[in-house]
Amino acid sequence: MARKNAQSGGNGLKLALAWGFVGIPLCWGVIQTAINALKLFQ
Amino acid sequence: MSILSKDRIIARPGFSRWLVPPAALCVHLCIGQAYAFSVFNLPMTKLIGITKSAPDDWQLTDLGWIFSLGIFFLGASSALLGRWVEEGGPRRAMFAAALCWSGGFMVSAVGVYLHNIWIIYFGYGVLGGFGLGIGYISPVSTLIKWFPDRPGMATGMAIMGFGGGAFIASPLSVWLMSKFSTATHVGVAETFIVMGAIYFCFMMVGATIVRVPAPGWKPEGYVAPAQARKRITNKNVFVYQALKTPQFWLIWWVLCLNVTAGIGVLGQASAMSQEMFPARVTAVAAAGFVGLMSLFNMGGRFFWASFSDYIGRRNTYFVFFALGTVLYAVVPYTGGIRSVSLFVLCFLVIISMYGGGFATVPAYLKDMFGTRYVGAIHGLLLTAWSMAGIFGPALVNYIRAYNVAHGVAAREAYNSTMYVMAVLLVIGFICNFFVKPVHEKHHMSHEAADAMGMAD
Repeated sequence: MARKNAQSGGNGLKLALAWGFVGIPLCWGVIQTAINALKLFQ
Repeated sequence: MSILSKDRIIARPGFSRWLVPPAALCVHLCIGQAYAFSVFNLPMTKLIGITKSAPDDWQLTDLGWIFSLGIFFLGASSALLGRWVEEGGPRRAMFAAALCWSGGFMVSAVGVYLHNIWIIYFGYGVLGGFGLGIGYISPVSTLIKWFPDRPGMATGMAIMGFGGGAFIASPLSVWLMSKFSTATHVGVAETFIVMGAIYFCFMMVGATIVRVPAPGWKPEGYVAPAQARKRITNKNVFVYQALKTPQFWLIWWVLCLNVTAGIGVLGQASAMSQEMFPARVTAVAAAGFVGLMSLFNMGGRFFWASFSDYIGRRNTYFVFFALGTVLYAVVPYTGGIRSVSLFVLCFLVIISMYGGGFATVPAYLKDMFGTRYVGAIHGLLLTAWSMAGIFGPALVNYIRAYNVAHGVAAREAYNSTMYVMAVLLVIGFICNFFVKPVHEKHHMSHEAADAMGMAD
């Protein structure tokens, strides 16, 4: 049980790191594009 | 190189399958840069003149070939190397893609430094094009195997990354060029070197994370259907056997027509919006419209592919073709009633379905031909993209030019193009209608499957 908990905790950290690694630059790019897209409504 | 082999990346018990989509995104976010290559076009016309083009500087027409070559070699390499990618596993393919893609940037940097366009054609066009093709198909079958319960969503996530890669690359390229440029230097070569290095590292993270499921692995609680459903097979078709089926060619046309309809207007969106609504849509607003379309192109990839898990792949394409036909037919009307908001809404939905078409097709192939060679078959199908990339923009440009030359007002010059696109989508609807399950004579026998390592 303890081993399973440790495994799921380790997976959680790996998941956060992996998704953060791709998600942060993607979000930054999307925000930059959205800011430019707002010019359509100005 | 055993570290790259498929056997070395079989997941151990407890591995979370949710680590595989970010691995795929590591690759697709990098190769998606291709959509943003145009940010280099203008600076590359001033490598000698610096502030303005000198007589010996490259012309935009010379530079346009770089992107075209890249897309051509994307289709060619994914078709040629699909089987190699499929049989060697995702890590080897991702590593090869990283080498080709970043190598393409490095070679292009040399081309810029020596001011030799042929080196750039080879670097970004050929080498980078191979990186694009191998990278694009590398995670597809792996994702489908990890997510047998949600194959559309899984491949949609990866292919969404290809649409999103330009969002990162575009501002990053502009920022890097601003840092490297001086009064006597544009800074393109250095930007290529830095981007090549960043992309190599990023893609290698994906290659390190990626795993294939152990033989017989299934998601917790998932029960594979014992019998094949109406249009979802549980058999496999060998990659080259798929070419002999009408289903492959019907889906080829389905993709080609869906992409043709979208890609033509994607490239002309800015000019079209300004010409259809003169004085109402400025150049700045048109740039915003293009940005908004890119967001819907990316979002549509995830949304429609995920949606296809619920309504089925064939029905999803029926929606694309039926709704697309109506929307294209409505566009001239929006110009007639001067409704910019309705015009924008029509194109945002159209472009979401353009992206959705790319993202849904791997799962469609999996439903028809099974999981074993789906990546390789997908590679062959991408030739439809290459074809559409030529015909779509040409159709829009030539029909508009013909209309203008025959005295049609600029604001109405796109109307007939929209009706042509609507007709193409009707043809796509008919092709999709004729997609039936693959005849069992095309299925791999148990002996052939065992001989080819069907354990995975």
